[in-house]
Amino acid sequence: MTSVGRLPWPGLWLMLALLMVGAVYLLAGLGPRADVVLPLRATRLAGMVVLGVAIAVATVLFQTVSRNRILTPQIMGVDALYILLQTGLVLVLGPVGFATLPVAGKFTLELVVMVLAALALFGTLLGRGSQDVARMILTGVILGILLRSLANLIARLMDPNAFAVVQAESVVSLTRLDAGLLPFAAAVTGLAAGLAVWLAPRLDVAALGRETAVALGLRHDGLVMLALALVAVLVAVATALVGPLTFLGLIVVALARPLAGSARHLPLLITASVLAVLMLVAGQLVFERVLRLQSALPAVLEGAGGVAFLWLLLKGRIR
Amino acid sequence: MIAVSDVHHHIGQAQILRDITLTLPAGKITALIGPNGAGKSTLLSLVARLTPLQQGQITVAGLDVQRAPSRELARTMAILPQNVAVFSRLRVRELVAFGRWPHHQGRPGPQDAAKVAAALHDMGLDDLSHRFLDQLSGGQRQRAHLAMALAQDTPWLLLDEPLAALDMAHARALMQTLARLRDSGKSIVMVLHEVNYAAAWADHVVALKAGRVLAHGTPETVFAPDVLGALYDTRLRVIRQDGRPLVLHHL
Ligand SMILES: Nc1ncnc2c1ncn2[C@@H]1O[C@H](COP(=O)(O)OP(=O)(O)O)[C@@H](O)[C@H]1O
Ligand SMILES: [Mg+2]
Repeated sequence: MTSVGRLPWPGLWLMLALLMVGAVYLLAGLGPRADVVLPLRATRLAGMVVLGVAIAVATVLFQTVSRNRILTPQIMGVDALYILLQTGLVLVLGPVGFATLPVAGKFTLELVVMVLAALALFGTLLGRGSQDVARMILTGVILGILLRSLANLIARLMDPNAFAVVQAESVVSLTRLDAGLLPFAAAVTGLAAGLAVWLAPRLDVAALGRETAVALGLRHDGLVMLALALVAVLVAVATALVGPLTFLGLIVVALARPLAGSARHLPLLITASVLAVLMLVAGQLVFERVLRLQSALPAVLEGAGGVAFLWLLLKGRIR
Repeated sequence: MIAVSDVHHHIGQAQILRDITLTLPAGKITALIGPNGAGKSTLLSLVARLTPLQQGQITVAGLDVQRAPSRELARTMAILPQNVAVFSRLRVRELVAFGRWPHHQGRPGPQDAAKVAAALHDMGLDDLSHRFLDQLSGGQRQRAHLAMALAQDTPWLLLDEPLAALDMAHARALMQTLARLRDSGKSIVMVLHEVNYAAAWADHVVALKAGRVLAHGTPETVFAPDVLGALYDTRLRVIRQDGRPLVLHHL
């Protein structure tokens, strides 16, 4: 049931495509200063791999525990939690203190706080009592707006310097990518994605619904909490790397479901991850090299994702 | 056996079950009957730990339901809840295969495949096993969920209104399958909406009304006209057919 040998063909094709696009992104038109350009491109490519995997895995996990296929953690405001945390840190430490914090220590602390806060907020929302899906989504969305407004309010109370720091943190940009954070983000994402893959058979059972899963002996509520903790970590990584991306996960997972060729989580996690990275790299290739628009990709992806969200809503896929 | 002692259950202010003390015999078909809202489904989900126990104690084959490890519980009893909805888009065979989960935890072997095939066959799903669940009629889907419970192959089988969506041929086939399972040593507890299936097939009957046990025992004792009339608050006649009670309530 969990053998990678049964990987579906679309997944393999996607991987091949990704290898090719990745190679083109790295090597095409290097020019005379390859010694400078290549490491820069490699860093950006690695960043997109980490980002794509984090967003895809977080969205798959979140859709399973919320039993809803039109949600992303970001629609429910998990990233707003992270931005609020950042804003709070800037407020307490000041812009200089914030900027001089050691990256690994700061990020570890943020991850711990994120997991605890997400479990407290979303655990109750998605836990045992949440039979009413529409109400749960609405509560989540409002919670997200509340967290965002709170972060905004705090930011506006700050002096202009601090405000600028916070603003930079909450605007999406693939080029902003923090190279110092990258190794750490990659390790955390690898760990979380590995754990998700290990949990895949259990997630398959959880997707049968709470009653059936419990009847089959799954420790359902514990699994939901663990999945939510992983979501919090992955969303923190993605938001720290490039800023809040609300809809990318939605479009990626919606496309990956039919491509994965099965309702199982293992092929879905792999297909969605590869597809997310492929879309990011191919998109960045087109926008950066062909259209010469360095930073338009996130906006375009978000726009497309937003349209996909509306389309799924109107098609009545809300369940 | 299943031993229920001193169980009370409430939801908000509403008292759903009061002072339930019962033993359900092993190796028998036990029918749980009673009017809508009597608490039959609640009792079954308490026994299967789908709902946490608030007061009292329940043991199944010696396992304390409140404390037993999840996996051990799932290898002791299978339950088909009254309303099951599945989130994933699954084929019938995939759903039924999940019944083996408590035994293999993600690594199915050949004997698991054999049990799945047997359960599909018992529920008449051989020709439908590759269909997606959302391409089935209500009764066919009900049979798929039943097959999943059968594939779990547990000593105890708890079924909440398994006949609700079945036509008479499939209803009879299910009762025959259950009788065969009982004869092979399994214990079955089922909520039955139509009392005549209980009258014809059950070894033991429990009658619940307004959260209390009104009567329990053999079909002969529970299907006395005055007991049954009081249970459902309606006029009815009980005649005998092939040595079993037959309730005329639809006239
Ligand atoms: N969530 C709930 N809130 C309040 N009352 C409930 C709830 N669920 C069930 N009930 C009540 O509990 C009683 C027993 O329900 P149930 O066990 O499903 O009955 P049965 O299966 O015998 O028809 C009913 O009167 C029902 O209205
Ligand atoms: Mg019921």
